[in-house]
Amino acid sequence: MEILSPTLTKQVAESRERLDAQVREVVQWHFDPDKGTPFWIEYAEKLDFDPRKEIGGYDDLKMLGHFEDEWLRGGPVRRWVPKAYADKPIYVFETGGSTGLPKNRISIRDFHLDYEMFSDSLSDDGFPKGADWLMLGPTGPRRLRLAVEHLAQTRGGICFHVDMDPRWVNQLIRDGKFQELDAYKAHVINQALKILRAHEGIACMFTTPKLLEALCERISLEKVGIKGIFCGGTEMNAQFNRFAREELVPGVDFQPTYGNTLMGLAMSKPFDTADNYAIIYYPPVPRAFIELVDPDDPERTVDYGETGRVMLTTLTKEFFVPRFLERDEAERAMPIEKFPWDGVQNVRLLTTLQDSVVVGVY
Amino acid sequence: MIHIPVLRAGKPYRSLSVNRIPHVETGQPFAEVSQANRGLIARDLLDVRKSKRALEALTVAELLAICKRAATLFMEAELPIGDATQSPEDYVTQTSATTGLPQTLVRRNMDKVRLNMDEMEAILGGLTRGLDLSILDFGWGVQDNRRLSYAVEANALGAILPSNSPGVHSLWIPAIALKVPVVLKPGSGDPWTPFRIVQALIEAGCPREAFNYYPCAYDGATEILLRTERSMLFGGASTVKAWENDHRVQIHGPGWSKVVIGDDRADSWEDYLDLIAESVAANGGRSCINASGVWTTRHGRELADALAVKLAQIQARPLDHPDAEIAAFANPKVAERISDMIDSQLKTPGATDLTLKHRGTPRFAQLGECGFLNPTVIWCDDPTHSLANTELLFPFVSVVEAPQEEMLERMGSSLVVTALTDDQSFIRDLLASPHVDRLNLGAIPTNRISWDQPHEGNLFEHLYRQRAFQATA
Repeated sequence: MEILSPTLTKQVAESRERLDAQVREVVQWHFDPDKGTPFWIEYAEKLDFDPRKEIGGYDDLKMLGHFEDEWLRGGPVRRWVPKAYADKPIYVFETGGSTGLPKNRISIRDFHLDYEMFSDSLSDDGFPKGADWLMLGPTGPRRLRLAVEHLAQTRGGICFHVDMDPRWVNQLIRDGKFQELDAYKAHVINQALKILRAHEGIACMFTTPKLLEALCERISLEKVGIKGIFCGGTEMNAQFNRFAREELVPGVDFQPTYGNTLMGLAMSKPFDTADNYAIIYYPPVPRAFIELVDPDDPERTVDYGETGRVMLTTLTKEFFVPRFLERDEAERAMPIEKFPWDGVQNVRLLTTLQDSVVVGVY
Repeated sequence: MIHIPVLRAGKPYRSLSVNRIPHVETGQPFAEVSQANRGLIARDLLDVRKSKRALEALTVAELLAICKRAATLFMEAELPIGDATQSPEDYVTQTSATTGLPQTLVRRNMDKVRLNMDEMEAILGGLTRGLDLSILDFGWGVQDNRRLSYAVEANALGAILPSNSPGVHSLWIPAIALKVPVVLKPGSGDPWTPFRIVQALIEAGCPREAFNYYPCAYDGATEILLRTERSMLFGGASTVKAWENDHRVQIHGPGWSKVVIGDDRADSWEDYLDLIAESVAANGGRSCINASGVWTTRHGRELADALAVKLAQIQARPLDHPDAEIAAFANPKVAERISDMIDSQLKTPGATDLTLKHRGTPRFAQLGECGFLNPTVIWCDDPTHSLANTELLFPFVSVVEAPQEEMLERMGSSLVVTALTDDQSFIRDLLASPHVDRLNLGAIPTNRISWDQPHEGNLFEHLYRQRAFQATA
């Protein structure tokens, strides 16, 4: 294992202290009988301990077991709104691109904060302040649509949009209607081309890997003035990262991200040729934390370099998700100075699910 | 470990995504195959016109000469594979190792591919029904006092290929001689055969730009089918279903090939036992042209029993055994599941496995790490039984009894029908049936292919359209 420098070791310890402090604050908040979240207050009634007294840091979250995303299906959705925020304007976002009963996550300002943090990590050369944006990705009841718009506004820009419904894409794939899928993709791309050609001020964009590929078949993004691309929404591997940098958008600031409605946004390690295009993501600690665990024994954290299942914890005053076992796997990556906590490398669908789940469709 | 690269317009490309294919005998990774991402394929295909121009610079006669040289090279030469080279013997052992096909059968298939390239002129003669091929060089010409012109319909032929039998690759090779570049997605178990064919053709003088070779996942295959104006798709019923109504895609799905004995010959069933056994079991029973059904009007039970005695002599053997005749499954659990599925369907009355009692050993056999399925003959006294029309990836056949007048209706579609009858009325019905693709009249095993008689669609007609043409001079 690589030895951390003394400076980095100190930073790691400090970030851990911030994480533990965040855990204490968030647990106190959500389990507070007067101001807390109805779901968690009711949950605590079934426990034989008081979380506010017993949970003193991240490791103690084990006492709560694992968050089950099935709890997010159906209503009443207000059971997820902390009483202290009952009079705030509430957003509800849906996860995933499937057509089953959607999973909901409430939000107030979290997505603003997450994307403001992300904005701080972007370079002004690749994502110039004041430049306009194109959001070419899933819209509808998804957090991403509003989040990217807020990101653009945070950086002084205006965000243009193209409608894209990933559930329809999923349905076409399930039905084996590939020609229709191609036509829908062309419909989406044609709209994006019109916007890009009509609005010279657009220099930044969000898009998904597949839409980026499709767009680049029709246009040179560098030539139309795109300087930075924030890419996400579905899984990306090292080969895609290399292909994007070498062939799709050479010369453009390409920022792959990993995120979801439950966690927010994990940023990637700055590009380094030594990584051989592997994408290494770091969660927004202390607002969220990712631990990689043994798929057969989720109580065991895997070693650095070892493959593990993604276990996600979200720790904000709006939303508390302790130790949720995602359907992804990755290799555990070492902390770095920019992100002095564990990262995840080569995130992909769990091997055991790879034949049964439609992913990365848009 | 051997590494097989992607070929982008003939240029090797090492991907950061690789698929490690296991050796069927050890289960350990044996070769590493670069995987093309979907966008890479789509991007390359934007430039496929350039590849076509490279082939157009050669005459058909020159391309036929290249095919002939490639036939020898494929059979005898040390050819490039990734950073290494591959001898003919390497090819045999490597293909056997990842497909489970016995080495003897790989060699036989190797010769089929050689013959295909060597006899390309005769094959094009069959595909074009004797067209003066120079017409394809000049765009038009005069033959039998008629002006003829042909327009090519595609800048490239896409081919989503299987792993079941190397001989099947003979079907796309004529595209090169017909001046159409190829975009190949090899089957995950047999990346070797198409790669070696491509290398032999390049070594023989074919422009390397004519070859795109993309090992990839399903989304890459979809991209190939969407982006190439003409393609061929090999796969099971569920795979090909989505493309059945797309005229650009030539479907090579399950064969459900059959031997049919007319009422006039039903009493002579013993004369056809060898023919039926070959039709069922040749090439390990893995081809779509292997018979999976024998339909007769009477003596079905006796025929099935005698066939079971004959096929029960074929037993699982190590892949390098000179007498090995059946293939190992790359994943033994798949073989077990297939066997369980057959047993489960046998619980429905109307079908009986007659091979078990003659062989004395179970259908599923394990030799070391390899799983095999021994030949299986099912006697179906109920022609509507689910096993009466089932095709599986090993020598599996159902013998079904039905009145002659009901046979064609009940049989469903068949890639190959060998009809044993002199009944002219029945022959007329067979000739008129839209459910019979290739028809063999007389004692010709279903697996015997005459290359000048294309089945499952004619590649020339798939790639070219006859154009109305007039000229003043």
